[in-house]
Amino acid sequence: MFETFDYITLQQYWWIIVSLLGALLVFLMFVQGGQTLIFSLPKDEEEKNLIINTLGRKWELTFTTLVTFGGAAFASFPLFYSTSFGGAYWVWVAILFCFIIQAVSYEYRSKPNNFLGKKTYEMFLFINGSIGVILLGTAIGTFFTGSEFYINEYNQSFWQTKSRGLEAALNLNNVVLGLVVFFLVRILGAMYFINSIKNDSIALKARNVIKTNSLVFIPLFLYFVIQLLLREGYHYNEASIVSLVKYKYLNNLLEMPIILVLFLIGVVLVLFGIYKAILKNTTNPIWFGGIGTILTVFSLLLIAGLNNTCFYPSSYNIQSSLNIVNASSSRYTLTAMSYVSLLVPFVVAYIYYVWLAMNKKQIDKNDLNDKDSHIY
Amino acid sequence: MLENIDISLVNWSRAQFALTAMYHWIFVPLTLGLTYLIAIMETVYVLTGKEEWKKMTKFWMTLFGINFAIGVSTGIILEFEFGTNWSNYSWLVGDVFGAPLAIEGIMAFFLESTFIAVMFFGWSKVSKKFHLLSSWLVAIGASLSAFWILVANAWMQNPVGTHFNPDTARSEMINFWDVISPLAINKFFHTVLSGYVVSALFVICVAGWYLLKGREIWLSKMSIRVASIFGLVASILLAWTGDGSAYHVAQKQPAKLAAMEGLYKGKEGAGLIVIGVLNPNKKVIDNNEPFLFKMEIPKMLSFLGYRDFNAFVPGIDDLVKGNEKYKILSAEEKIIKGKLARAALSEYKKAKDANNNDLKNIWQKEFEVNYKYLGYGFLNDPKSIIPNVPITFYSFHIMVGLGFYFIGLFALFLFFIYKDIIVSKRWFLWLGVFSFPLGMIASQAGWIVAEVGRQPWVIQDLMPTMVATSNIDASAVMITFFLFLSLFTALLIAEIKIMIHQIKIGPKGE
Repeated sequence: MFETFDYITLQQYWWIIVSLLGALLVFLMFVQGGQTLIFSLPKDEEEKNLIINTLGRKWELTFTTLVTFGGAAFASFPLFYSTSFGGAYWVWVAILFCFIIQAVSYEYRSKPNNFLGKKTYEMFLFINGSIGVILLGTAIGTFFTGSEFYINEYNQSFWQTKSRGLEAALNLNNVVLGLVVFFLVRILGAMYFINSIKNDSIALKARNVIKTNSLVFIPLFLYFVIQLLLREGYHYNEASIVSLVKYKYLNNLLEMPIILVLFLIGVVLVLFGIYKAILKNTTNPIWFGGIGTILTVFSLLLIAGLNNTCFYPSSYNIQSSLNIVNASSSRYTLTAMSYVSLLVPFVVAYIYYVWLAMNKKQIDKNDLNDKDSHIY
Repeated sequence: MLENIDISLVNWSRAQFALTAMYHWIFVPLTLGLTYLIAIMETVYVLTGKEEWKKMTKFWMTLFGINFAIGVSTGIILEFEFGTNWSNYSWLVGDVFGAPLAIEGIMAFFLESTFIAVMFFGWSKVSKKFHLLSSWLVAIGASLSAFWILVANAWMQNPVGTHFNPDTARSEMINFWDVISPLAINKFFHTVLSGYVVSALFVICVAGWYLLKGREIWLSKMSIRVASIFGLVASILLAWTGDGSAYHVAQKQPAKLAAMEGLYKGKEGAGLIVIGVLNPNKKVIDNNEPFLFKMEIPKMLSFLGYRDFNAFVPGIDDLVKGNEKYKILSAEEKIIKGKLARAALSEYKKAKDANNNDLKNIWQKEFEVNYKYLGYGFLNDPKSIIPNVPITFYSFHIMVGLGFYFIGLFALFLFFIYKDIIVSKRWFLWLGVFSFPLGMIASQAGWIVAEVGRQPWVIQDLMPTMVATSNIDASAVMITFFLFLSLFTALLIAEIKIMIHQIKIGPKGE
């Protein structure tokens, strides 16, 4: 089946898959957002345990999605992988550190004799949810603003700044995206608590968190979207010559109306989720916020890479900019992997089934004393 | 390609990867094997309905959870380190290596991470049978993820199913099924079986300690029963696949085999060293004796490597100097051919830029003639094709010796447990307790043989490690090396302290 696809169709197909994984990752980072609330939301230690145990049942899914996102990027667009990870060294290493410390923290925080102390592991969770997320968002910001690298005729990459990626934090638009993601995942984390925890005090405070964080999130998001639609973008033509084009991302949305529709639906769903969380006493805002997040991020990543757009621009040497054509794997590899991608719906189906089975009843304080359950 | 190689950067990058991989491999073997042991115990619980088996399952699951968390922590860095520290490598192999990695994510990681939540939190949320299925799926998912990463690793040792595209300057896959080579299949089984053995040793260590302390008698005896059967079967299969590994090494990586055996002068009917002490003064191509002392099985190396007692096994000197009789090119000749391949590639690029198709075709043909020696073109010293002999030799013999010791250990544990005299064999229980660290040593030694033994190559004959690094400052890698060392050491201490404490608490909390 996939053998009949054009090379460019396969490249687009894989950009769509990578974008979808990226979108799912941002949604699943409600775990990280929730981790930033572990000190401010609960009124006592028992509530904190409840919150951490609720998040602890989902952290691995987020982690796995991150790893798969990295694996899929490596497999389908290896030149991006080698250029960005090898170039923006300090940013990626810092992000990795934030995720390394997360993985042990759930399991070790409440175990006796845990060497570093409970507070340290909780601080690790907070760092993962705050610095890790802001850095990740800032790094993704360079998909639109560009980085300083050069690629030679053997496709070897040479980063041009001593700060090795940390310079991305000096660009306001990158930082704004980092903060947008940070406040968004906090909102999603609070929505997840409303949905999964049976505790009035936590639910009330979670709704307040959504209210206050939305006051920051919405203006920042609007700023990011407006500047994105008004900025120049890196366009490549049929001869693979890259040039700067005004209103590139706005044009991408207008020239790909399906993505525009997805984007608008996504934004509306997120706003509707926030509205329901603040003004309606329901437990389901996470579904609106979650699906809205997936659609919004998905469409933003699509306009970053489709319609002859360079998804990893070089501001140092514009012709070194990476796009889905020059950065991709071979046609054979993309075809082989496309067959594997047919497993994705099956994977999504069993994740959904297990999610429903595990979340059919809200978690309450009694679950923390359940002898049959694992407690973090 | 790279003209100026910073050896300090190469060595720090090597050190960092070795550090992170070895730390990761402390925890992975236990994940691989404990998941199966837990699934077996839970199966007995579901079949018999006896609560003791559930208690036992949950106890080992608690210890598994402590280990699993740090395994995940140390694992994420490895995937991304291919990009951060080995960017030239990740471009050259991305078309081949990335695919197994992505398939690992889609097929295995999600299976593992989804059902592990059911395994730990689902006892009262799903049916008994669904919970059991989840435990088995976690075990299968863990081994499946090992499969894909080992396929990728095996390709680096034996790059098949691909060709080099001069336009993109990388290896590109031409046959996916060839990449899953017999070497890859054997490597997978050998590696996961080593994990099963280490896990069985862990269970015997903990259960043996309980018996020495006179506590948890039923649980300990049953645990030893399960672990010794599992360990015995795994260790026998481990020896079998070890033979397969040696055979593949002989065919594909003769320099590694020569280093594993300290074989300097090749010969027909070569013997297998059982025990030996290398002569520290021995150098490549000199007349010193390679061993101060050795015991060998005559002709066995020829048989294991080539399935022929009289086959010629090339030694280190043959590989460096060449051997006309056996049609082995010298390293110097290979280096010359490699440099010709590099030069042809460079001329090909120039012809392409000049739109001169005739010249382009000429240089492409020239390149293809010498392509299989491309990696040699980056080397200057013929002796550099030989890996570190003492490290490879001793690691190999420690691994093999301990592997056979474990077969005997599991067999005796099984015997004593069936005779129901294990409690009275205190010396043997202590032996069981101290054998777990030996399992860890053997397991790490195996990876040292595989990875140190294939130096100077990151991809056999195609890319030396020294040209695979990212183009970054050595000081940056040095700093991150110490950061990783500090963080992983702190986490390892935490893991050991928590584990020991949890073992002392025992299953009473379950």
